[in-house]
Amino acid sequence: MSTPPTSAGPYPGESERHGPDLFHGSEAPTTELPSAALPGGLPVRSRRRGAGLLTALRQTGGVQRGMLISGAVITGFFVLLAVLAPWISPYGFNDVAGADGIRFRKLAKPGAAHWFGTTNGQGADVLSQVIYGSRTAIEVVVLAVVMSLLIGVPFGLYSGYRGGWVDRVLVLITDALFAFPSLLLAIVVSIALVGGTSGEGGGILAASISITVIYIPQYFRVVRNATISAKQEPYVEAARAVGASPWAIMSRYLFGNVIQSVPIIATVNAADAILTLAGLGFLGFGIEPSAAAEWGYQLNKARSDFSSHIWWTAVFPGLAIVLLVLGISLIGESLNDVLNPLLRARRLSQVVMPRIGPDSKTVRVSGGVSGQALAATAAPITPTTEAGVGVVTVSQDAGTGRP
Amino acid sequence: MAVTTRASSGSLRRYLLTRLALMIPMILILVTLVFFFMRVIGNPIDAALGGRLPPDQIAIRKHAAGFDRPILVQYFDYLGKLLHFDLGTTITDNQKISSIIVVNGAATLELTFWAFLIAIGVGIPLGRVAARHRDRMPDILLRVSGVLFYAAPVFFVGLLAKLLFGIVLNWLPVSGRSDPATQLAIANVSPRTHIFLIDSILYGEPKYVWDVLRHTVLPALTLGLLTAGIFLRLVRTNLLQTMRSDYVEAARARGVPERRVVRKHAFRNALVPVVTVMGLQGALLLGGAILTERTFEWQGLGYALGNYLLQRDFVAVQGIVTVIAVIVVVVSFLIDVATALIDPRVRY
Repeated sequence: MSTPPTSAGPYPGESERHGPDLFHGSEAPTTELPSAALPGGLPVRSRRRGAGLLTALRQTGGVQRGMLISGAVITGFFVLLAVLAPWISPYGFNDVAGADGIRFRKLAKPGAAHWFGTTNGQGADVLSQVIYGSRTAIEVVVLAVVMSLLIGVPFGLYSGYRGGWVDRVLVLITDALFAFPSLLLAIVVSIALVGGTSGEGGGILAASISITVIYIPQYFRVVRNATISAKQEPYVEAARAVGASPWAIMSRYLFGNVIQSVPIIATVNAADAILTLAGLGFLGFGIEPSAAAEWGYQLNKARSDFSSHIWWTAVFPGLAIVLLVLGISLIGESLNDVLNPLLRARRLSQVVMPRIGPDSKTVRVSGGVSGQALAATAAPITPTTEAGVGVVTVSQDAGTGRP
Repeated sequence: MAVTTRASSGSLRRYLLTRLALMIPMILILVTLVFFFMRVIGNPIDAALGGRLPPDQIAIRKHAAGFDRPILVQYFDYLGKLLHFDLGTTITDNQKISSIIVVNGAATLELTFWAFLIAIGVGIPLGRVAARHRDRMPDILLRVSGVLFYAAPVFFVGLLAKLLFGIVLNWLPVSGRSDPATQLAIANVSPRTHIFLIDSILYGEPKYVWDVLRHTVLPALTLGLLTAGIFLRLVRTNLLQTMRSDYVEAARARGVPERRVVRKHAFRNALVPVVTVMGLQGALLLGGAILTERTFEWQGLGYALGNYLLQRDFVAVQGIVTVIAVIVVVVSFLIDVATALIDPRVRY
């Protein structure tokens, strides 16, 4: 509405154009029209997310696959840390003494007793805080993304299908929220939730809700735009003609077709949510330190240590943030490149022109054409095999995995 | 835009006017949200001073500030004052919020200006290189470092930069906008812009200019490089999409060399959506500026906001957040205008 159409930015599914046929894959009809021309044109059966990821993995090659796998490995590592925290962490995140009751030395260097050293102030074990921090991060991120999905998607579907003034008002509100710096939004919500009563409720749920508010507008926008273009399609028309109720149309016909870019956005948001949580913590506005360990808060506490050359209190939690965000972003980045039909990678194809005159010409058709498009371009110049003078090699479209 | 038909200029005007009119509800929505969210927890005097002053003192202050009136009355009163740029005074240190906005806003402007310059200067050329060499070594390296830049929280990178360049190597100052001596000296300059670089140039003492610049390096680089990572991804994605379009294909088919295709045909078109998204990045930059300012004790809006948050002075917080909201809406309007002028397809 107010924002002109943009191509995929950091939020890959943002433009409705990519939405509908992310999982094109082998299921899609063989006539490969540019997705822009056919948004949600055919009711592609929605698959479960896991299947989508596997498909994505199969469709990748080389670099993309490497990025996807390394991203998954890093993320998996942190999920494991989070789940197993109580068993693998040497101490509790607020423990200041070992099982023998002897207090830790404050600001101990990383060593055998404390792999990542101990902190200033109380002298807690940094390694334990980092491990428990991953638990906090994963909990908050999962909660925040799930909640924003549960709110944003139905609203987007309803708003897009219903149209009218409801739609306009919702769009205006979400646009306003979307334009607002996300960290500030989270701060404002967090003040409203727990600001008056410091110490109570400043826990995982409150942090998740403040972060949820940031992402609702994104799901809303994407799903709404996809719905608007999909509801014009003949299959929706047909459903309406046979008397399907709006509810049935939305839940059975539209839903599967308009949520297909949601997984990518969710991945991007998950990475962003970790940064926001850490940012809140760094400002001293995240989770109460007694309730859970949090990386951003650790960094906040470590700020003053640097001037005395104490690096371990900041470096380890900081690295944990970087790694986890990196892992999730790598997944998102490669998924985007693979699943976004406008970006699908093709291998370079050599087209050798037939020898017509005395000199033979080799035309190299480089990246930028899909297999089908290339075939179409190549067709007129393909010599008949009987002539036997030219060779046309059109490699398969790496994106769709079809010849 | 040399040839503009009457119809198209009419639609441009209509688009701009509609867009301008839309700013009002957007600002109103944000101001309203911020106002009521801040009041969910009760009134600001209690939040800031509760327990620190005797109850009768608090009651007097509440009455003086009008916080004992019904919330809707307060809301409309607040809106009315906003129209006159009156944001009230802070509770904790009794400063005019509008003067905080001017002084600290200048600092934030100075920081974001440099950061934006660095982000554009680094992000756009590198994004072009990445797209040009898709899936080959430069692209892979740039993409991974782009993701890495994105993944690194600005305050962590800032802390590391402080440790390395400020404390271990001792090359650059690590906090503040200038040395105290410089700040005292350039405070006397007239007209005073509160933008230290301009102030120090007006003062005419190279030593002070140099000092201000040295203080700017680390915060601006930290914020700028992290934003560059985002620009890199944007440019790369958009350039790749443009490179697939028919007209680029046509250029290739005519035998235009690949380098020239990128430079002359694809690059500019690929930049149009980038300009649009930059409007949103402006908000992101402001968000990043809050954290950067906290890290480097750069006394801008974010720094002030952080302080007032910790002191629970929610009148100050509300004022600063409201101003940032207005800035964001205005900037996104300006960006949309720029896009509409560049790209005729936008004016629908």
